Amino acid sequence: MLTVRIVPCLDVRDGRIVKGVRFQGLRDAGDPAARAALYEAQGADELVILDVAATPAGRGAQRDVVRAVRGVLSIPLTVGGGVRSADDAAGLLDAGADKVSVNSAAVREPGLIDALAERFGSQCTVVAIDAARDDAGGWRARTHGGGEDAERDAVAWAREAGERGAGEILLTSWDRDGTGDGYDLDLIAAVAAVTRVPIIASGGAARVEHLAAAIRAGAGAVLAATIFHDGVTGVGDVKRALAADGFEVRP
Amino acid sequence: MNAPDIVVVATGTANTASVLAGLARAGARPRLARDAADIDGARGVVLPGVGTPHAALAGLAAGGLGEALVRRLRAGRPTLAICLGMQLLCETSAESPGVAGFGLVPGRIERLPDRVRVPHMGWNRVLPDDAGPAGLVQEGHAYFANSYRLTHAPAGWRASFVDYGGRWVAAFERGAVLACQFHPELSGAWGTALLARWITGAAEAAC
Repeated sequence: MLTVRIVPCLDVRDGRIVKGVRFQGLRDAGDPAARAALYEAQGADELVILDVAATPAGRGAQRDVVRAVRGVLSIPLTVGGGVRSADDAAGLLDAGADKVSVNSAAVREPGLIDALAERFGSQCTVVAIDAARDDAGGWRARTHGGGEDAERDAVAWAREAGERGAGEILLTSWDRDGTGDGYDLDLIAAVAAVTRVPIIASGGAARVEHLAAAIRAGAGAVLAATIFHDGVTGVGDVKRALAADGFEVRP
Repeated sequence: MNAPDIVVVATGTANTASVLAGLARAGARPRLARDAADIDGARGVVLPGVGTPHAALAGLAAGGLGEALVRRLRAGRPTLAICLGMQLLCETSAESPGVAGFGLVPGRIERLPDRVRVPHMGWNRVLPDDAGPAGLVQEGHAYFANSYRLTHAPAGWRASFVDYGGRWVAAFERGAVLACQFHPELSGAWGTALLARWITGAAEAAC
């Protein structure tokens, strides 16, 4: 049986982790490779690195981070942030990423999803969608770190991404991100109903119950950053709690 | 014992960097294969692969790489085929109709059924066929990322199975020829140990 995936996320800028400065057991809490190795040792099923300030000038630093993390990591690595073309994706794969996540560039040019799936395969193509609730009871996609309205219905965009060849939807609730109030379960259920592509739930996790609820709502994987950053709750603690709750997890 | 000469065939679409890193963690000093002579001469050859069969096979046709691979597979020389690499060893695939695979083993690759989410993405339990002889693959959780699968184990090979939308072939192996639908290079300590066993087998195999 396919297990549920616990996916820690590192937000990185200029080669350093920018969130979660307090972290026990690490001499340098800002080093992505050290943190990645710790998460794998705790039982993380995958790792996501999002370069929150990816610019053409920072491209080299981004690849250096991927190379350093790859050297210590024996679980899948997804990298996103500022990916604008299939060649950008190729550079990250050459550095050691297994999957590449696209967001704003795909909204601007949806054919980028087809191009990535054709060249690297769907299993390599992750489409990240930042979704914000609107006044009509639905969700709108936002781009550029949530700063711009993409003028697209987020659920319809998720369906289109799957049809174009995305292998996963990294679905972030713009409303819940950073709040600790739990994932937007209605959003997860709405997207799960319109696509057969696996969903990674993101945004709002603070407790194990939040992860369990997201899985029940239709997510195959749960991404969390803040929950693991203070070092009090480890990935292993979360997996033990989920297993006790009846979920299949990788031991 | 010196690390055996292991080469990785770059099809142009694979996560080659991950495969090289995984082999290095497992004790090898891998390098990329430059040409068919590298594939003929290496102690062990790794055929990774993501993307579609027709794109990968087109990449391998250049320079006779595919022919060199078939030569060493037919001779039973140490070869590791991963994910799409495994599917290329079969006869045909529903993913690329009309394109012939290497045909090392009988069987057609079919798409996973619609009742499950596709791709099959994540960690799933691999169970070797108990009835067969001991082999490289042991029970454990492996990382998969596939939309297509081989439903029937080829006769004469030790098979391991996985369950997702039905039971299908997670790996088949004979001696030091190992084909995995999952990604050993991304399967944590379990995968690294499997790579190490295959590397050891490659080092000990008679050339």
